[in-house]
Amino acid sequence: MGRERLLLLHHATRRLLLLLPRSRGFSSSAGAAASSREPLHVCVVGSGPAGFYTADKMLKGHEEAQVDIIDRLPTPFGLVRSGVAPDHPETKIVVNQFSRVAANGRCSFYGNVTVGSDVSISELQKIYDVVVLAYGAESDRSLGIPGEDLRGIHSAREFVWWYNGHPDMCNLAPDLQSTDSAVVLGQGNVALDVARILLRCTSELAATDIADYAFDALRGNTIRKVYLVGRRGPVQAACTAKELREILGLKNVRVCIKEADLVTSTADEEEIRNSRIKRRVYELLSKAATAHKGYISNDQKELHFVFFRRPTRFLPAEDGSTVDAVQLEKTCLKDGVAGKPVAVGTGEFEDLKCGLVLKSIGYKSLPVEGLPFDNYRGVVPNLKGRVLSSESENATVESGLYVVGWLKRGPTGIVATNLHCAEETVAGILEDDKKGLFMGPGSKKQGRRGLLEILEQKNIRFVPFDGWEKIDSKEKMAGQLKNKPREKITTWDELLMAAN
Amino acid sequence: MFSRISQLGTRLLRENRAPANLPNSRSSYYRGQLRRRLVPEKSILFSTATSSTHDEGTQDTEKISVTFVNKDGTEQTISVPVGTSMLEAAHENDIELEGACEGSLACSTCHVIVMDVNYYNKLEDPADEENDMLDLAFGLTETSRLGCQVIAKPELDGVRLSLPAATRNFAVDGYVPKPH
Repeated sequence: MGRERLLLLHHATRRLLLLLPRSRGFSSSAGAAASSREPLHVCVVGSGPAGFYTADKMLKGHEEAQVDIIDRLPTPFGLVRSGVAPDHPETKIVVNQFSRVAANGRCSFYGNVTVGSDVSISELQKIYDVVVLAYGAESDRSLGIPGEDLRGIHSAREFVWWYNGHPDMCNLAPDLQSTDSAVVLGQGNVALDVARILLRCTSELAATDIADYAFDALRGNTIRKVYLVGRRGPVQAACTAKELREILGLKNVRVCIKEADLVTSTADEEEIRNSRIKRRVYELLSKAATAHKGYISNDQKELHFVFFRRPTRFLPAEDGSTVDAVQLEKTCLKDGVAGKPVAVGTGEFEDLKCGLVLKSIGYKSLPVEGLPFDNYRGVVPNLKGRVLSSESENATVESGLYVVGWLKRGPTGIVATNLHCAEETVAGILEDDKKGLFMGPGSKKQGRRGLLEILEQKNIRFVPFDGWEKIDSKEKMAGQLKNKPREKITTWDELLMAAN
Repeated sequence: MFSRISQLGTRLLRENRAPANLPNSRSSYYRGQLRRRLVPEKSILFSTATSSTHDEGTQDTEKISVTFVNKDGTEQTISVPVGTSMLEAAHENDIELEGACEGSLACSTCHVIVMDVNYYNKLEDPADEENDMLDLAFGLTETSRLGCQVIAKPELDGVRLSLPAATRNFAVDGYVPKPH
């Protein structure tokens, strides 16, 4: 009891302490000088890591900034909630920091507001000095090969959203009971995440915040073998050492790597020398390939790393509509652009039987009406975060419009990558503000008041941050009963109900 | 024990006067499930009580001097109780070292560069888990470490740590929260 009290007190003191340092600059003359200025109205579209880091840097970098964060979901934090795997709770701790940003008196959250349909970009530009797009990547790259829409084939994003309880994917219902083999196309961290979730003992998932329906489905799953397929070799694998180490160490999983695949070319060795992360990933794979696996139990599952193979078509089962196998073509590496090796087909094919395919070949951003968009790269054309009118060389800067995160640089990197990304974009905003770009005559913007008017006119029931806090506490309370950190609410209706 | 609680209580009251705008009822999200391998005993959660709670008044905990060097060249020298991590120390001393995962070895945002290799050599080698995170750190150097894994000990007295450019505090002129 005494200890519990103490813990609580410690929690509280620490939280306060983290806020304390910021009061130091109070007496600075900069504060006094700026207080007579008009507020800078900033709207951030998207409340994932890129959006929240941008809000954070904006509030710290500009004393008069009023930051409104809009999200299409009733819940904030983007992929920290719907992307980060349930068995990675440490990675989600960053929401503590984001919640402190949201608690700043100059910051507001408007959930359940969709830019494009509820409010347009041009409407936002009319009421805000600065609009920062941080809505990420909510679609997928496709392979463009025959059979891609057969039943049993999903994008990794859909599968991840499903097990993380994203309200748009709670009805995915992937069939995990008709097959013993799953193929994951891709070898990046998302590929490793979905493979790990399929292979991990469900007893270890029970105490995570995985969606309850996903847990039930995984508990009854019949998948014994997971194949991770990559076009290139172990030196080019796109995963990081942490995720690789974790999946290689899974309980009751035999890891299969062909030793022949580990033979390196001189180009490979050069790559290993030049990249610490590639070297460490390669070392882990080599060690796993030769590791002596003593005891083999009957119910052991298998994880196969399949290198130098590219999918060329999906083959249907007898019913004609369900996937039964992936046809793979063997590849070899050739020098590509900028010294990056590319995989080239050799004309040798083989079929890999499977009843479930998860395509983990990259997320893709979606365009919004009225916004320049580079369809080829799937990003908004930009110069260090300033939105450009097109991707051509003589493009002009779209005044007051900025981009950050995956929409700016493509769908790669970790949570912390957005920190640097947001710093760059915010530096541009502050520079433009210093130049007086947002202070022209007649440029006085309405900011938050204008947004609230639009939402009221259109009768849009937005979810404020304390609405999310209600969802949050309900989820935590429901989780407590099951010894989980939270039981996610996974449908739109229930989320909106819980927010009230 | 009770004096400890009341002492923290007064501390709370004192700190409440700061323009903190977080209600006390707000608890940490996702706190429950941490696997705190390799995290120093005094985790950051307990940061405010590191130096002064035990045997208050009878004996000062040993402290060492640590200098943080910002990218712009400004320096802050602080005194850090032995046993405290550099991440905790930075947060207690108004140094804007990021700490997204709060010391649970799941991010690389508290990356610091040990400026003198002799001091770097006095540290235990990073564990695999720390190296995994350093792989992803911005501006990695030969003497890079995670601030949460560098624990103050007497041999480190006088150590200088620089913050890589990307994690530098943007609020160069001093950030002022608005009381409301």
